[in-house]
Amino acid sequence: MSKTTSKTGVKCHYCGNDCNETFIRFKDKYFCRHDCKDEFEKSLPSLTSLPKAESSCCCSSNEATNIKIEDPADQNKFNFLDDSEIRKKIVNQNRRYNGKNVTSVSLSIPGIHCTSCVGMLENIYRTNPGILSSKVEFLQKQIHIIFDSSVISLKEIVKVLSDAGYEAKIDLHKDNENSDKSKSSQKDLYIKIGVAGFCLGNIMLLSFPEYFSGENFTDNTLKTFFNYLNILLSLPVFFYCSSGYFKSAWSGLKQKVISIDIPISLGITALFVRSLYEIIFFNNAGYMDSMAGLVFFLLLGKLFQSKTYESLNFERDYRSYFPVSVTVIEDKIERSIPVANLRPGDRILIRNNEIVPADSILFGKTSSVDYSFVSGESIPELKVAGEIIYAGGRHLGSSIELEVIRTVSQSHLTKLWNDPAFKKNNTSKFSELTDFVSKYFTIAVLAIAVTAALYWLPDINKAVNVFTTVLIVACPCALALTTPFAFGNAQRILGRNKFYLKNSSVVENLANVNSIVFDKTGTLTNSKDLTVTYSGVSLSTEELAQIKTLVRNSSHPLSKNIYDFIDTDEYYEAEDFKESVGEGISCRINGNDLKLGSVRFIVKDPDCSFKDLKKEYTGNAVSSNVFLSVNDSVKGYFSFRNKYRNGIMRVIEDLSEKYKLTLLSGDNNSEKENLSKYFNNESSLLFNQSPQDKLNYIKHLQSNGDNILMIGDGLNDAGALKQSNTGITISEDITNFSPSCDAIAEASEFSKFGKFMEFSRSTMNIIRVSFVISFLYNVIGLYLASTGVFSPLVAAILMPLNSISIVIFVTIATNFSAKLKKL
Amino acid sequence: MSVIILLITVSIIVAGSFLIAFIWSVKTGQYEDKYTPSVRILLDDTEAGIKNKK
Repeated sequence: MSKTTSKTGVKCHYCGNDCNETFIRFKDKYFCRHDCKDEFEKSLPSLTSLPKAESSCCCSSNEATNIKIEDPADQNKFNFLDDSEIRKKIVNQNRRYNGKNVTSVSLSIPGIHCTSCVGMLENIYRTNPGILSSKVEFLQKQIHIIFDSSVISLKEIVKVLSDAGYEAKIDLHKDNENSDKSKSSQKDLYIKIGVAGFCLGNIMLLSFPEYFSGENFTDNTLKTFFNYLNILLSLPVFFYCSSGYFKSAWSGLKQKVISIDIPISLGITALFVRSLYEIIFFNNAGYMDSMAGLVFFLLLGKLFQSKTYESLNFERDYRSYFPVSVTVIEDKIERSIPVANLRPGDRILIRNNEIVPADSILFGKTSSVDYSFVSGESIPELKVAGEIIYAGGRHLGSSIELEVIRTVSQSHLTKLWNDPAFKKNNTSKFSELTDFVSKYFTIAVLAIAVTAALYWLPDINKAVNVFTTVLIVACPCALALTTPFAFGNAQRILGRNKFYLKNSSVVENLANVNSIVFDKTGTLTNSKDLTVTYSGVSLSTEELAQIKTLVRNSSHPLSKNIYDFIDTDEYYEAEDFKESVGEGISCRINGNDLKLGSVRFIVKDPDCSFKDLKKEYTGNAVSSNVFLSVNDSVKGYFSFRNKYRNGIMRVIEDLSEKYKLTLLSGDNNSEKENLSKYFNNESSLLFNQSPQDKLNYIKHLQSNGDNILMIGDGLNDAGALKQSNTGITISEDITNFSPSCDAIAEASEFSKFGKFMEFSRSTMNIIRVSFVISFLYNVIGLYLASTGVFSPLVAAILMPLNSISIVIFVTIATNFSAKLKKL
Repeated sequence: MSVIILLITVSIIVAGSFLIAFIWSVKTGQYEDKYTPSVRILLDDTEAGIKNKK
């Protein structure tokens, strides 16, 4: 009924957008994706089966062009889902209920991108009785399906989705547990804040009579009632809400690390025990309100700091991009096996747009391989039979056969992940600065408390009083609140500028950097925009217009660049258009045979007459040059160079004043002269670096005591990004692709990068200033305590004042510094 | 004066029930996905959809 074909220049019948590369033919009309076809189908009277979604079709989004629609004829594609081992890994839950095998599964669907997608996907239960319900999580681009596995299999569900135009991305290595864990810890935090807020409010209200009437509050029944109610309300705060601090203080002590959790725990315990003592023995008002307030603010800080970007993923490795299974040909029988089971010598079949999972040798036909995932290089490389295709390349063209020469984990690119750099897990919860300060702070506070207690020692009552008062006054709430609010706010400000941090402590890492390492292709250069130059016999405007006509019909990225390069609006009638995948295009215009393509396509014998061109095409960039011939005589060739990103050179010049800059490129050194102007010296420009070389170079720099920031984009930078102290990925489309890193920068805003670095440094200065302020509060508090003025009322004023003023100061100061830098 | 004690007890019980309602809403995952429901409400309910939800 419908079929997917490849051709361009066709407009979608439903939404009117250009159909890129793939489109669907249905009832003699063309559609750019399945939704459009379905929407059209709905508008036909008898066929209607799905509900009318919004009239805004998915195609209106630019992203639509990036979504690949697989040929539905590939029936075997999902066969691996029948494998019970794989199925077990994907399915979340399976139980019997009402005679049905109720199974739930969560699938990631990158194709979800507009509201009508939600409508479509939440109504798929109507297409098959086996699907009981489905729920979409829009930002995570996930769908949760509950189905009856005795009626419909997982494979069929994936197929239903795929037929609707929503290819499920099946990733066995996705750590479901990890995301569940963070979800449940987030829930935990919400509940703790709710409970602490509830208790704080009530305790405050019950403490008001004591504050305002002071000595005159003599009604003993009421006083006792209020005090005991306060104890009751503070129990959940002490035992439940603050349990996290006690736990981490204890585990820190066991590892002999003094963290800020220790003075916090001491402060909370001192407040609680002292209050119990005061209430039970003297019926005095305790400090329960201060304790609840402290815990509540601390938890709020935690919430503020825990900002995460749900739609971004910072933890991906190569396995997220590689296929789960691959088609193996054995005795002319095709079957799919998990990629991990591939052995050298296996024959595999790779279809158009599939990724080659392991280093292998090409058989038979030619292939053009797109390594943009790996290196950021957007020009596909042409490979002929007998050449090695490295793992990670995306094959473009008709299906090819390959022989595997190395297993997946030992391939050229993927063996990078065996490096110990990927084993380490460097996550510290609080910032290094806070930990450093709190170490001395804790020791100082304990020393003061013990000395003061010793001073009063014969009088045990007084000694205990002084000891607890010091602990209460010196509780580092301001210290503990400063970093979460400063970092959290800085992260939000950077996020508004399309610079997304994995977590807020990356701000501190950025501020500590003293050396920056860049990747070239895809990072300094823009992978989508190429500079085209033509060399050879000069062409007339008529010929140029003919070439433009020729490339207009092709969807190859280079054709599009040539199309943009030629500035004319004239077109001719083209006959006999032919496109040989990976080789070139040809057509006949006004009786002239035009050919455009690789050397091999144009010049059948590379040793033929065209002597002066030959030198050029034996050079380095030969694979990316496009040759032109008219009536079989070679006219010249188009060559392509990556363009540098707008404003990137200014960023580098600015940065070179403050940082050591290095360039690590996997390419040849043709750009060396051009770049050495911007980098401090030539020795910091390194070319022809393999992924492992990049990682090792970062290690080498670190052994000199440098704090490295690596900026890269492709999988070949993954090792360097991981090894460096801070790794930043730069991406055209942030939701699409990024290797694991600490921050993702959107390419369009990258010219502001120097400002981001300055801003993170000034954030650290703001934190230092607020530390000083909070010390001043502590000094005042200790002074009041030592002169004996410290009462519940003073505590009730001083402690929240301290916390709130610090939070306000930090928030205003970071916003102000962002404004100054025009962020 | 005892009426204040009674009033405070009752008010804390009322407030506590709201706290319990909050805890229930967190536990049932109402804060997990804060975006999709805003999209979902714009889509028309179909008869079959309503039946399915029941």
